[in-house]
Amino acid sequence: MLLISAIVTGLAVGSMYGLIALGYHVTYVVSNTVNFSQGSSMMLGAVLGYTFAIRLGWPLPLAVAMALLLCALFGLVVERFLVRPFAERGSNGWLMATVAGGIVLDNIVLFTFGKEPRAFPSVLAQKPIQLFGAGVFPLQLVIPLVGLGITLALYLAFNRTKFGKALLAVVQNKDAARLMGINVRVAIALSFALSTALAGLAGLLIAPLFSIHSDMGTLFGIKAFAVAILGGITSASGVMLAGFLYGLIEALVTALVGSTYTQIVAFSVVIAALAVMPNGLLGRAAAKKV
Amino acid sequence: MALQNSISNITRRVLLAAAASAALALPAIADDTIKLGLVAAMSGQSAKSGEAIVRGLSVAIDEINAKGGVLGKKLELVVRDDESNPAKGVVAARELVQREKVAALFGGLDTPVSMAIVPFANQNKVPFMGVWAAGTPITRNGAPENYVFRVSAVDALVDKALVAYAIKKYGAKKPGMILINNPWGESNEKGLKAALEEKGMPFAGIEKFQDADVDVVPQLTRLKESGADVLFMVANVAPSSQVVKSLDRMGWDVPIVSHWGPAGGRFSELAGPSGAKVHFIQTFSFAGTLSPKGEAVLAALKKKYPEIKSLADVTPAVGIANAYDAMNLTALAIAKAGSTDGSKIREAFEQIESYDGLIKNYKKPFSATEHDALTSNDYIFTHFKEGQILPLTN
Repeated sequence: MLLISAIVTGLAVGSMYGLIALGYHVTYVVSNTVNFSQGSSMMLGAVLGYTFAIRLGWPLPLAVAMALLLCALFGLVVERFLVRPFAERGSNGWLMATVAGGIVLDNIVLFTFGKEPRAFPSVLAQKPIQLFGAGVFPLQLVIPLVGLGITLALYLAFNRTKFGKALLAVVQNKDAARLMGINVRVAIALSFALSTALAGLAGLLIAPLFSIHSDMGTLFGIKAFAVAILGGITSASGVMLAGFLYGLIEALVTALVGSTYTQIVAFSVVIAALAVMPNGLLGRAAAKKV
Repeated sequence: MALQNSISNITRRVLLAAAASAALALPAIADDTIKLGLVAAMSGQSAKSGEAIVRGLSVAIDEINAKGGVLGKKLELVVRDDESNPAKGVVAARELVQREKVAALFGGLDTPVSMAIVPFANQNKVPFMGVWAAGTPITRNGAPENYVFRVSAVDALVDKALVAYAIKKYGAKKPGMILINNPWGESNEKGLKAALEEKGMPFAGIEKFQDADVDVVPQLTRLKESGADVLFMVANVAPSSQVVKSLDRMGWDVPIVSHWGPAGGRFSELAGPSGAKVHFIQTFSFAGTLSPKGEAVLAALKKKYPEIKSLADVTPAVGIANAYDAMNLTALAIAKAGSTDGSKIREAFEQIESYDGLIKNYKKPFSATEHDALTSNDYIFTHFKEGQILPLTN
């Protein structure tokens, strides 16, 4: 009972980390940069979904589509103003710029959306169903499935389609890619749009299980980055696997040892794993070309 | 041209001098009022608490001023935002005392902010009145000359009350604790342990959780497996609702006796219908039959703040009620002191004989050793029903 409920919990929460971490993966493989405002993008997805579906009363599919679209747009803005000006000069300034951008967004939402946490009810998170004697909301089973589906789609897109291969070519050699007729800037911008849309999707999926407020994404963003590194940021399946593992470790430590030790053990495992496998679970070592 | 220039120069000087003398004259006007300062969270997640305190203080001030004020002067409230940040709270307190020359300070919801202001108030001999933050050491701060008073709950007493309620209402034999992982949770862990030890009762376990925990099932399952028959909960409104939702999922119907965290927001909306099962502590509720004083204050609130339409808008009631009584007690102390001198006001607080207030009829509310006006007998238990905080009868 204790173990089963911990496993179900761990997989559901872990797949949320995985989804956000996939966003780090997507921009990294295309541009070698990362959007550190992923936590805020997740919050943005949830806040926009709430605003459209509950406050404005739009039908849910329309509200979700619009929220994801605006999240993708936010990704384009992040890339254009917080990443490109630095990355093209070879500076690491995007690191701090994206962190700052996330804080700015959190505060804008605090003043426009309001200070009180709100609820985003869903039919998928009202009546628990019994699974091996542990109660779970149907939504908790949907989230891992969505996570696996997106991982598979990303894998296929990057490895089997012309467009995906074109994106990967950008990171290997920008000039060669440009000579081959690939629009490098567009490719990078699209990867950012995709990454924030993924985070927004995670936010929309978590919202009914959680409460919506301006700083709901902060801790998720940090844990998801740990997950991305643990999985090997160059591998989509590694990242998702690491998400599941991290969620499981958290839930099992809490269940078996006690919640006081959860964060200590979980992050220690990440450090230990990286010491043994510096490239993460399924990551490839970056070949340094001289 | 030259003449005109010098004339305009002269006029400018005259104007400047007039402006300067007007500026100098301002403090003379201000001298006709007694300023009182409030340092509380007016922005951020706890902004609603600051709003409630301002409302309670303002209604009391209007009432006092309508009767002619104190020492022949009108009272005036000066509000500063601490953003729930202790450093900003101290800066604001210093500014209020040194520049605005307030006669006394009022504090807000955050225990860490109040704890930071306590040493400043004691060193500068400025009375500091707590109206919300429940941290035990705020008033019990060990200073030889203690300038800190409080009209609010005290963690150490709340924990005793929670234990007493769990035993009386649910016949608890082996309660468990689910506490937020921060200094507030920590302070209540100590308090609850001490209160249980006093009753010679064992506990099933102590579990901590984070603000951002989506799922508290693992923690709650541990408590269930170790045989908890009642849960003590200490957390703010959003994390509290995560506990309730996790219990729903587990299908574990266990009584929850809680500190006043759920009162701080839309608990009914966040926790769903099961939120009504959470019984939490308050110092006051405007629901039910009110005393004449309660009716009068409620009417004054509705008149002054038109956005208050129903009882659901008078939230959080504790902030309003504590602030209202605290302001009246402070006015009594200033009147008794016969001056706005901090030391004299401090002594006067300890000599107040009685005050028929909103929360209760205070008899000798403060003494040299007791700076908390409310005792565990003044707490009431309430729950949320369809968005309203309703008192529970035992």
